[in-house]
Amino acid sequence: MKVSFTVNGTPRALDVPANTLLVDLLRQHLDLTGTHVGCDTSQCGACTVHLDGRAVKSCTVLAGQLEGAVVTTIEGIGTPARLHPMQEAFRACHALQCGFCTPGMIMAAIELVEYGAIDGSDPAAVRRRVREGLEGNLCRCTGYQNIVDAVMQAAGKMR
Amino acid sequence: MYSFTYHRPGSVMEALECYRSADDGLYMAGGQTLIPTLKQRLAAPSDLIDLGAIAELTGVDVAPDRVSIGAFTRHSTVAAHPDIRRVLPVLADLAAQIGDAQVRNMGTMGGSVANSDPAADYPAALVGLGATVHTSSRRIAADEFFQDLFETALTPGELILRIDFPVPRRAAYRKFPNPASRYAIAGVLVAEFDDAVRVGITGAGPCAFRGSALEEALRRRLDPASIDGVEVPDAGFNSDLHASAEYRAQLVRVMARRAVADLLSRGS
Ligand SMILES: Cc1cc2nc3c(=O)[nH]c(=O)nc-3n(C[C@H](O)[C@H](O)[C@H](O)COP(=O)(O)OP(=O)(O)OC[C@H]3O[C@@H](n4cnc5c(N)ncnc54)[C@H](O)[C@@H]3O)c2cc1C
Ligand code: FES
Ligand code: FES
Repeated sequence: MKVSFTVNGTPRALDVPANTLLVDLLRQHLDLTGTHVGCDTSQCGACTVHLDGRAVKSCTVLAGQLEGAVVTTIEGIGTPARLHPMQEAFRACHALQCGFCTPGMIMAAIELVEYGAIDGSDPAAVRRRVREGLEGNLCRCTGYQNIVDAVMQAAGKMR
Repeated sequence: MYSFTYHRPGSVMEALECYRSADDGLYMAGGQTLIPTLKQRLAAPSDLIDLGAIAELTGVDVAPDRVSIGAFTRHSTVAAHPDIRRVLPVLADLAAQIGDAQVRNMGTMGGSVANSDPAADYPAALVGLGATVHTSSRRIAADEFFQDLFETALTPGELILRIDFPVPRRAAYRKFPNPASRYAIAGVLVAEFDDAVRVGITGAGPCAFRGSALEEALRRRLDPASIDGVEVPDAGFNSDLHASAEYRAQLVRVMARRAVADLLSRGS
């Protein structure tokens, strides 16, 4: 089937089998391999990208659902010279170890800051909301502590 | 995943027509239940009919006594909708507790309700608030809609268009989530109306149902302590690696107590 959508600012028109998942479309058809597959059962969040600005699990979206949509992946948010504030904060706070969950974690965290109503005057309550807001993303290395630190730090800079 | 023919109709009429002309058609809303099912090859439709381009299935209409929600409304939309938060806050609260952010950004009310997963959250709201399901051919009361494990009153090809919720005086929902999936091991919605108290229960049985004995006790006195004297029989309850039937019955009582306490804290 034919599908037209925008990826990281570039319009794309592809002809792919109807049962192609967004994550395979990105990795195999567009060589955007920053988006990872951790589970393929909709649970780990490693495959998180933005679809029309909202975080989704790209292993649980079909190509046809992309018609006319705007997709942003980890490759589309910053460059090595100009990291996105969330990437910068992950580096500064040592919020990754093996890095496998990181692209999905960063995409989920950016959406959380943009839509998640995590601001507030009580830092303990904000930390709790960040933890809850990232419940769709699993990390097997860090224990999450530094990830929460990074999201708190980036949230201040993104506003 | 097996292959299928993809359709993206632009209207309800077209969607029904797609279904009629397919060998073995299947509607898809957000895909958050269906795509995992297709990946596991537990479903193999000849034709997949994506409901995502049908404007008639979206939209939220809030009146003082009724909230009407299009079937293709995403969970994150319900959770954040200012008018729903004002008039029917219990529904926004419940929607915010479904799965995780990514699932809420794709999953829809119609998909959740049509699926009738025994552990899904929305069914407790439909039953507890006495909602009406508007389909392509009729209206179905929530009490008749959920029939068994993954089984509803919908006939093949029947499409949910919208769901209407009466607005109670006040209501609250409490669930005991599975710590991994966030699905309800047991979830209870208690709603106080001018002339009745309704209790909708999910997670415990094969599908959502009303807690009649709890309703009776709470009608006499709307207080968490009223639940102490009520038996919740566990016959027919789900029993799996997450919880035994007996434990689920106990969780229903605990979630009901907490929901009543929340409800009372919302004033009258
Ligand atoms: C990791 C994860 C965690 C989750 N946790 C929870 C949770 O805690 N609580 C919870 O309640 N749910 C949970 N879910 C399920 C989620 O809420 C789904 O979004 C929902 O069950 C199905 O909605 P959908 O729009 O994705 O429907 P789809 O998956 O697209 O469809 C589901 C079924 O409904 C049918 N259908 C869809 N729309 C209509 C319609 N308008 N008329 C008739 N039939 C229709 C389809 O044919 C299909 O059979 C979770 C899912 C995942 C992946
Ligand atoms: S790979 Fe998509 S959620 Fe794990
Ligand atoms: S850094 Fe290794 S899984 Fe998160």
